[in-house]
Amino acid sequence: MQFFFEVLIAGLLSGVMYSLVALGFVLIYKASGVFNFAQGSMVYFAALTAVGLHDKGLSLWLSVPLTMVVMVVLALLIEKIVLRPLVAQPEISLFMATIGLSFFIEGLAQAIWGANVRALDLGIEDVPLEWVLEKANMAISQFDLIAAGIATVLVATLALFFSRTKIGRALRAVADDHQAALSIGIPLQHIWGIVWSVAGFVALVAGLLWGSRNGVQFALTFVALKALPVLILGGFTSVPGAIVGGLIIGASEKLAEVFLGPYVGGGLEGWFPYVLALLFLLIRPEGLFGEKIIRRI
Amino acid sequence: MFYREAGQFKSSYAADSQIFPIRQDRIGFGLIIAFAFLGVPLLAALGIVSNYTFTAILTPFLIFSLAALGLNILTGYAGQLSLGTAAFMAVGAFGAYNFMLRIDGMPILLAFILGGLCAAAVGIVFGLPSLRIRGFYLAASTLATQFFVVWFVTKVGWFTNYSTSGVISAQKIRMFGYTFNSSMSKYLFVLGVVSVLTLLAKNMVRTNIGRSWMAIRDMDMAAEVIGFRPMRTKLMAFAVSSFYCGVAGALFAYAYLGTVEPEGFNLDLSFRILFMVIIGGAGSILGSFLGSAFIVLLPIFLNIFLLFLETSLHLELPSGISSSIELMVFGGLIIFFLIVEPHGLARLWQIGKEKLRLWPFPH
Amino acid sequence: MDKVRKIGDVVLSFENISLSFGGVKALTNISFDVREHEIRAIIGPNGAGKSSMLNVINGVYHPQDGEIVFRGQHRRDMNTYESAKSGIARTFQNIALFKGMSVLDNIMTGRNLKMKSNFLLDALYWGPARREEIEHRKKAEEIIDFLEIQHIRKTPVGRLPYGLQKRVELGRALAAEPSILLLDEPMAGMNVEEKQDMCRFILDVNDQLGATIVLIEHDMGVVMDISDRVVVLDYGKKIADGTPDEVRNNQNVIDAYLGVAH
Repeated sequence: MQFFFEVLIAGLLSGVMYSLVALGFVLIYKASGVFNFAQGSMVYFAALTAVGLHDKGLSLWLSVPLTMVVMVVLALLIEKIVLRPLVAQPEISLFMATIGLSFFIEGLAQAIWGANVRALDLGIEDVPLEWVLEKANMAISQFDLIAAGIATVLVATLALFFSRTKIGRALRAVADDHQAALSIGIPLQHIWGIVWSVAGFVALVAGLLWGSRNGVQFALTFVALKALPVLILGGFTSVPGAIVGGLIIGASEKLAEVFLGPYVGGGLEGWFPYVLALLFLLIRPEGLFGEKIIRRI
Repeated sequence: MFYREAGQFKSSYAADSQIFPIRQDRIGFGLIIAFAFLGVPLLAALGIVSNYTFTAILTPFLIFSLAALGLNILTGYAGQLSLGTAAFMAVGAFGAYNFMLRIDGMPILLAFILGGLCAAAVGIVFGLPSLRIRGFYLAASTLATQFFVVWFVTKVGWFTNYSTSGVISAQKIRMFGYTFNSSMSKYLFVLGVVSVLTLLAKNMVRTNIGRSWMAIRDMDMAAEVIGFRPMRTKLMAFAVSSFYCGVAGALFAYAYLGTVEPEGFNLDLSFRILFMVIIGGAGSILGSFLGSAFIVLLPIFLNIFLLFLETSLHLELPSGISSSIELMVFGGLIIFFLIVEPHGLARLWQIGKEKLRLWPFPH
Repeated sequence: MDKVRKIGDVVLSFENISLSFGGVKALTNISFDVREHEIRAIIGPNGAGKSSMLNVINGVYHPQDGEIVFRGQHRRDMNTYESAKSGIARTFQNIALFKGMSVLDNIMTGRNLKMKSNFLLDALYWGPARREEIEHRKKAEEIIDFLEIQHIRKTPVGRLPYGLQKRVELGRALAAEPSILLLDEPMAGMNVEEKQDMCRFILDVNDQLGATIVLIEHDMGVVMDISDRVVVLDYGKKIADGTPDEVRNNQNVIDAYLGVAH
């Protein structure tokens, strides 16, 4: 039983990270109706830029803010070059455009920094917390806990930011109806720029946390693929959905890997979340917290 | 002035419904086919077309065209975006491999068809969610297909005949006592299969089944109201599309790579084929071929170009730069096409033809 | 106007149909009937539930309450496939054509239920499949001639002007050789000339092909001119039913359209 909880907690902690990435998706989707497949590439790009600058001799205190500047520039460029010409196109075209975008960003990251795996040390050790080990005889990684803590703070801040501030209100107006928002004077491009910058920031944090654990490498782009089932589960438009969905996916995939894996030869993590999300979709197509759509003709 | 249909009158609906109603198109297409079947081998015999051309350009071009055609049926015609193309190719390849392996005297073409049918069956199962979900929810669910199928084929040793590395060596292609060993003979084999399947696809998209796909794509509610059954139509699209991808996968293993592992059919391959459809033109058979040609040729030209930069300008380019640039060019082109010409190269070709009809006169 | 055609028995009737979407009532206790070969109009202010009514008839919406009697069969609701199969065709308020396909292909889709060929024969385009395709093409061309749209038969529908699209949509519905034709605002957004054309087509369809027509229309002149009986809805409730003259003089109808001083 202890082992079960150990796995469950480890799963939930990594689930918080999924929530964080999924939140990046939800923000962009709400503001611009774009399902941003390039989110994973942005994670990779951000982490690689930060660690690349760091390797060039800059301290992390300098390279991380510098990377943030780069991410904002990238966000503004994406808005100007990719999104603006595609306004009012079908969602599916925009989605495919972001697949193209993800290839472009991956290529760009590798062209600048090379394709090698780079190590990143944030100074947090990945060791079990001692007092938990003593008290409950469970191995809970200190790193996971701190990472989850950072992610939780970030998620809470963003959720508050978008529900309480003026920008948040404008964002929700934009999400509801682009044309109507424009007509009452909400600067659409401005909002998109902000949202993509925030998504860039989320990507940077996620990239640093994940990168310091497994090395900054191409596999970081798969983060996007992890976040997809989270979104299916939680609904594309729901912030609480992203959080709960992330936790469910994180926990269930770890549990499945540990308890089902041995029977089927392991490697379930790749597809289990998808199948779970898919089964869920068949029962509730609009997701946990998504709005039900009545189709009219 | 050379490309005009003035004076070509149709006196029956049959004549008006043929694949190429315009005479010039018929002649042009006939020439291309004759060149592909006779001209290319002749040039090879004269030493003008090299082995490399067959193995690195012509054969993969045809195989990818078939896979793109399969995806185009699903995405371009029936409007169901799929990111799991490579999974269906894998099913076709490993299906055909096992039919060849386990049944004595199995004819190769039959094995390919059976492999394709296996892919079609898998396609129907993973197409079931399309009945309830649409758009990128569906796209996301096709990713499940991608990951699950590759994992399943890797984990179940039976599929790879318990090969320790997971790599299989495809059997030789043998028909009527003749073995397709040379790269040219493999090319001709692939050409034959692809030509027949393309003809069948063209017939499907211009008759009732094709119209049912496009109806579901363009306005699913209206399609339902006039009597198309969405479930049947969508699953049929999944089945036919997966069959094409499955056969393409079998050709990929047998006529192109020779040895292949499940991981060879990864998400990257799926994306590559999706790119062919977008760049070539969704909802166009010609587009599948144009897109495939584009994606196959692009890296080759890119490498030549980079080599030229290095040698002529004496630039020291870091190693591995060409693959990074390839990614950027692919990604950039996708965005470019989606913005500038969402109907792809096929539409450009059509516009060109309309211009040519009037040329050299302005009206 | 002297009508040659004979209005027959009741083919379709509704008893106490109620329909709501998550608490919003679209239709409340609607009862009326449709007789064979007649032109039956449904009118009412915007949001009165007219389109919802059509959607109930061809099975897009399923009423929570009430009964439908269709050709003597009592049933709770209809479904899209069966209603298409039993000869109900329709057009839509906001044109629902297949935009990526040509006019000819759009009309051919209307014939899908009459086609027997399967996809394997289609793929081979051989023998029966080929003959069938050509035969249906002939029928489609008859409709194209009838609607006078020969010149655009190979044009993709998305490129056509609004009025022509409406006409093509009627063509697609006619291709099914319907016994009951549901028309949802066939003349909305048209100029006078286009309206006259459309009226002529509707009357011809009713006259020559003998189709029963259920029509939603806002142009009162047209409705009063061509329909045999009119049912009036307001806020999802039936407020009047009868011949154009009866309806015209009904106080409820006048109130609904002109507003009433409380």
